[in-house]
Amino acid sequence: MELPVIANTAAGGGCSTSGCGTAPDALGHLPDDIRARVQDHPCYSEEAHHYFARMHVAVAPACNIQCNYCNRKYDCANESRPGVVSELLSPDQAIRKVLAVAAAIPQMSVLGVAGPGDPLANPARTFEIFRQLSERAPDIKLCLSTNGLKLPMYVDEIARHNIDHVTITINCVDPEVGAMIYPWIFWQNRRVRGVEAARILIEQQQKGLEMLTARGILVKVNSVLIPGVNDQHLKEVSKVVKAKGAFLHNVMPLIAEAEHGTYYGLMGQASPTAAQLQELQDACAGDMAMMRHCRQCRADAVGILGEDRGAEFTMDRIDALTLAEIDYESAMVRRKEVHDAIIDQLDQQREARRIPPMPPVLGAVADEMPAAPRPTLRPVLMAVAGKNGVVAEHFGHAREFLVYEASPTGVRFIGHRKTDLYCAGIETCGEGDAAQESVLDKTIAALSGCEVVLCSRIGFEPWGKLEASGIVPNGEHAMEPIEDAVMAVYQEMAASGKLADPAPSRKAA
Amino acid sequence: MALQITDACLNCWACADVCPNDAIALADPHFLIDERKCTECLGDHAEPQCAAICPIEAAIVDELGVYLNPPGSLTGIPVARLVEFGLWKGAA
Repeated sequence: MELPVIANTAAGGGCSTSGCGTAPDALGHLPDDIRARVQDHPCYSEEAHHYFARMHVAVAPACNIQCNYCNRKYDCANESRPGVVSELLSPDQAIRKVLAVAAAIPQMSVLGVAGPGDPLANPARTFEIFRQLSERAPDIKLCLSTNGLKLPMYVDEIARHNIDHVTITINCVDPEVGAMIYPWIFWQNRRVRGVEAARILIEQQQKGLEMLTARGILVKVNSVLIPGVNDQHLKEVSKVVKAKGAFLHNVMPLIAEAEHGTYYGLMGQASPTAAQLQELQDACAGDMAMMRHCRQCRADAVGILGEDRGAEFTMDRIDALTLAEIDYESAMVRRKEVHDAIIDQLDQQREARRIPPMPPVLGAVADEMPAAPRPTLRPVLMAVAGKNGVVAEHFGHAREFLVYEASPTGVRFIGHRKTDLYCAGIETCGEGDAAQESVLDKTIAALSGCEVVLCSRIGFEPWGKLEASGIVPNGEHAMEPIEDAVMAVYQEMAASGKLADPAPSRKAA
Repeated sequence: MALQITDACLNCWACADVCPNDAIALADPHFLIDERKCTECLGDHAEPQCAAICPIEAAIVDELGVYLNPPGSLTGIPVARLVEFGLWKGAA
């Protein structure tokens, strides 16, 4: 929908941004058959994620490796991060929950098993879910997320259960790098440590990737960006996994806080800044499709990405339901209607964008100087308090900001920045201190690099503070489609001559 | 001879799935090892399987109460750091 991503489309693929209509996300360059397979998958398609819902069921508690960014011991209600789960389900409970949710949320298109441990370290529980769901809910797509250690062993079974999407977390292809990320793996009845452990893990991941793509199963690769450990190395990872047939690469920022009790958290390993993440995603984008709308959700997430509804479907409520009470047949019919309507709508939007209009002001600027080379207007990052593709939220209510880059070639989605960082931390954990950075200061720091923030409304105090830190608040485009609003602001900046100069140096937030 | 699970256990099921003797069962508040079935994997494996896959330090002890995975041994986090953050009480 409103997320034309220009730089992400592969050059020379016979499918420029305009040609594909939108190339709505990183998926623009994909062959039509793959696009058709992921167009209703919220985790893979930037346009789909506004409309389609997914859920994860937490049926896979065991894990067979240790990552330095993980410690499942510390689960806090405020936390939204992978590997964390508040309620573990038996396979039967999970089936009931999926059927109840799919009946209540007709936008639901995907069911994933992602943890909180590794699904393939829990093969009996994981495949029981897939077996039952492919019988009872054949319209729901099934997917699986794994560290890859046991992948080669289970590829045939994955294919048998009609799972057509698998995500493998691959943080490295070099065992020396891996030894800094994985302290141990459980392999062939032994706990194996160090470089040897990383070597085995990498070997199995790569083998599993090749086996899956050879069977036509779509593979997305997740990588955690760990500054100073694998940041530069991830460019190599991107090349390698693309060559082996992965269709999408999702580089996610490390989440490391001491309160999570992880090795990285306790040892003071830095998380990447938004700028570092973006730089790496841009560097990898030349090699393959990058995904930028990932919300790093929990292993028990429910609903549309970024709007978790898990709290509505607790096990108490699900247990009160018997399967007989769910009118599954009519729920499936209704889902089909809702899904078809959404896909029609997306098709129409894609069609409408087939020939993007030349921004008039930029055209005029170029026309005024016919002899000179077209002026190089610098690109500008803008943060948007958006919802469902429009500038919809009050600045103070936004839990995340979507970041777009505007340039003479158009508007592209860059990523999102959370304001209520994964754990709301000091404010909600009760150790408040007047000297602590205020929420507003944190929000402003999170918007670093952006020159404009678009929102529906904004209060007096944040307005002043934003301006003082070099970010121009703009509430004039409320309820307009995001990229139209971003382009309009960019054109205003161009017309007033603000874009010929380098970006103003920012005052400390 | 039998191993035991301590209250550090998180109920992640990993040990129960790999026990060759089917000696580990879900219990409240955490999994327990049936001492009549546990062989410490002697004769089956070089390492007791529960202790070889358990991700939680100090969750499995032998008959003498000695941790098979002492603090810091799985994560590499120095014990002093664990103590500093209140994640370990100190000498056990």
